[in-house]
Amino acid sequence: MLSEHAEEILEALAIQLEEQGKKPLELGAVRDDPAIEELAKLGFIRRDAGHIHLLEKGKLEARAALRRHRLAERLMADILDVKKQVINEASCKFEHLLHEGLEDSVCTTLGHPKVCPHGKPIPPGRCCQEKEKKQLMKFISTLSELEIKNRGEVAYLHAKDNSQMQKLMSIGVLPGMSISLLQKFPSYVLQLGQSQFAIDKELASSIYVRLTK
Amino acid sequence: MQNQNLKKSESARLRGIGYSDTLEIFISKIQELLKSGDYRITKRALVLLILQEDEEILRLVKSRDPDSFPLIGKIIQEAKNSYSQPLNYIVSLRRQQEASRISGRVMAFAKNPIVSLQERISRIMMNPWSGAPILLCILYYGLYKFVGTFGAGVLVDFLEDRVFGSYINPWVTQLVNSALPFKLLQDLLVGEYGVITLGVRYAFAIILPIVATFFFAFAIVEDTGYLPRLAMLVDQLFKRIGLSGRAVIPLVLGFGCDTMATMVTRTLPTKRERIIATLLLALAIPCSAQMGVILALLEGRPLGLIVWLGVIILVFLLVGFLASKIMPGELPTFYMEIPPLRLPQLSNILRKTYSRLKWYFKEILPLFIFASLLIWLGQITGIFGFFVKILEHPISWLGLPLKAAVAFLFGFFRRDYGAAGLYDLKKEGLLSGNQLVVACVTLTLFLPCIAQLLMNVKERGIRMGIAMSIFILFFSFGVGYLLNIILNLFHIVL
Repeated sequence: MLSEHAEEILEALAIQLEEQGKKPLELGAVRDDPAIEELAKLGFIRRDAGHIHLLEKGKLEARAALRRHRLAERLMADILDVKKQVINEASCKFEHLLHEGLEDSVCTTLGHPKVCPHGKPIPPGRCCQEKEKKQLMKFISTLSELEIKNRGEVAYLHAKDNSQMQKLMSIGVLPGMSISLLQKFPSYVLQLGQSQFAIDKELASSIYVRLTK
Repeated sequence: MQNQNLKKSESARLRGIGYSDTLEIFISKIQELLKSGDYRITKRALVLLILQEDEEILRLVKSRDPDSFPLIGKIIQEAKNSYSQPLNYIVSLRRQQEASRISGRVMAFAKNPIVSLQERISRIMMNPWSGAPILLCILYYGLYKFVGTFGAGVLVDFLEDRVFGSYINPWVTQLVNSALPFKLLQDLLVGEYGVITLGVRYAFAIILPIVATFFFAFAIVEDTGYLPRLAMLVDQLFKRIGLSGRAVIPLVLGFGCDTMATMVTRTLPTKRERIIATLLLALAIPCSAQMGVILALLEGRPLGLIVWLGVIILVFLLVGFLASKIMPGELPTFYMEIPPLRLPQLSNILRKTYSRLKWYFKEILPLFIFASLLIWLGQITGIFGFFVKILEHPISWLGLPLKAAVAFLFGFFRRDYGAAGLYDLKKEGLLSGNQLVVACVTLTLFLPCIAQLLMNVKERGIRMGIAMSIFILFFSFGVGYLLNIILNLFHIVL
């Protein structure tokens, strides 16, 4: 198992890879860190004069580390209701516990979220593709994955573009509103406060609901 | 002076909803940059709209405060960068919280509210298993029985045979013939295609009862709140033809009047949806006048009616499907409020029916007169005969008697004219069952009436309007031709 520090370096590399283009990471302060040695030995990274490069073999591991970090953030924000300022810090400790199986369970419980609370993408895991198989108690779920008569409140929205988001906002779907699902076929019918709306599957999977009993 | 007052009271009175500190800083930064006092709304409201990048407001600010506009743009960008969600989301969310806080202090709701009778009926309507029979019921009683049998049957018979056939036409004909000794003018007013005997008679004896009964039935359905439920039922199907469930409203209205329905396609959110809906209305949705006559034509031939219906539905789905594959643009999204079911009020229904009829007659009566005039002109100059000769070719390919060419030419002036022309042929016993069905299919798909053609051009632009018409011209004859071949090939006699 990787050390915590090694995981964090991988995470930083994954962010570098996905969001800021392909520039290699400065070696800088971590030059003599044993974690660097550890990663290099495993063949995940390569060092040259001043930079660290992520190797093909390490990419999968790096993505997984990033996924664990952002899932941990989501868990803090959606379920444990941790204040925004400390989410990052708390998640940094928590993510290292999310391994093999545990991370997929958390992902399922959270309704397979696509973005972290800061709006950054969460790399999808195996569980996101085979949603049906796991029957876990859910706390957060997209509206499209809810059972009929489930009720809860809107936790957050994540639509594919701003115009979809506008449409949801225009019918009043906003975090904190109480919501329940009345029908799934042929369209999704939801009860929002005192009104009912019909929406299609695409919009329904943009609404993340925190379930209540 | 007024602005002075506004400024003073602004900060005190309008701090109702406070936003996060970060946003407030951006708000006050922009507020200071707005120098022009000429905005009519408070600066705070204006700034909030600016931050949400309301296009109209941005244009306004650009013209009133051109100097500070670039700087404002920078601040908007800065503000956007400090949030992971769009700013209008941040603002809406905060407002909604405030609204919930206020309403939460004065309103309470039962934990498990009783499901009311309306709600139960609503759910039955929205369930696909019980919803489909309900839809068929509404179509059968509302459209077939009320509009078809009562409007296009009983009322038309009464008005056409009794009122016009026995009283008005003979009386007017006699009056004109004795007062105007010129054959040419007699033909114009009371001849076979005369302004009064044909134009006014069709408008009042055939169209009025059919359209009036349709609009009446439509207003009832509309006022109960059934249409959004129907939209929700058909959305998945409509997605396949490039439309969303919302398009069900103009399409259903098209069964009343395609011209009016084409205008209503404005309510569809994307250009792509509007074009597809316009095309389907022009091609495959028969208006009530047309349908009335077609139902009369196919009366007593249930098999013929089924074939006609089957072909039209097939064309509707096929053309929609192909159009959705070909047309570029944003895919449709469906979202619609489902209002509570209500018992419609008679006064509202009558008012709606009346205003739609008024619109209809203002638009079509002049066109009827105009069409009669054109036909009269066409006849005396011989142009009409020339066009009929040209049309006789495709007509013979369809296996129809040559006399039907006249009906098709009329069909261009008004589709229902054409159908009514066929009706006369049927009365004379000139059409077999197969010929009737082929003619009905071709005429249903055939070019829209002049009014709809003009509306297509007006709503979709001249190029799109003309292109659609050419496509429909060839397509309708193509389908009629194919249908005739298939019927002959399998020795089907309808």
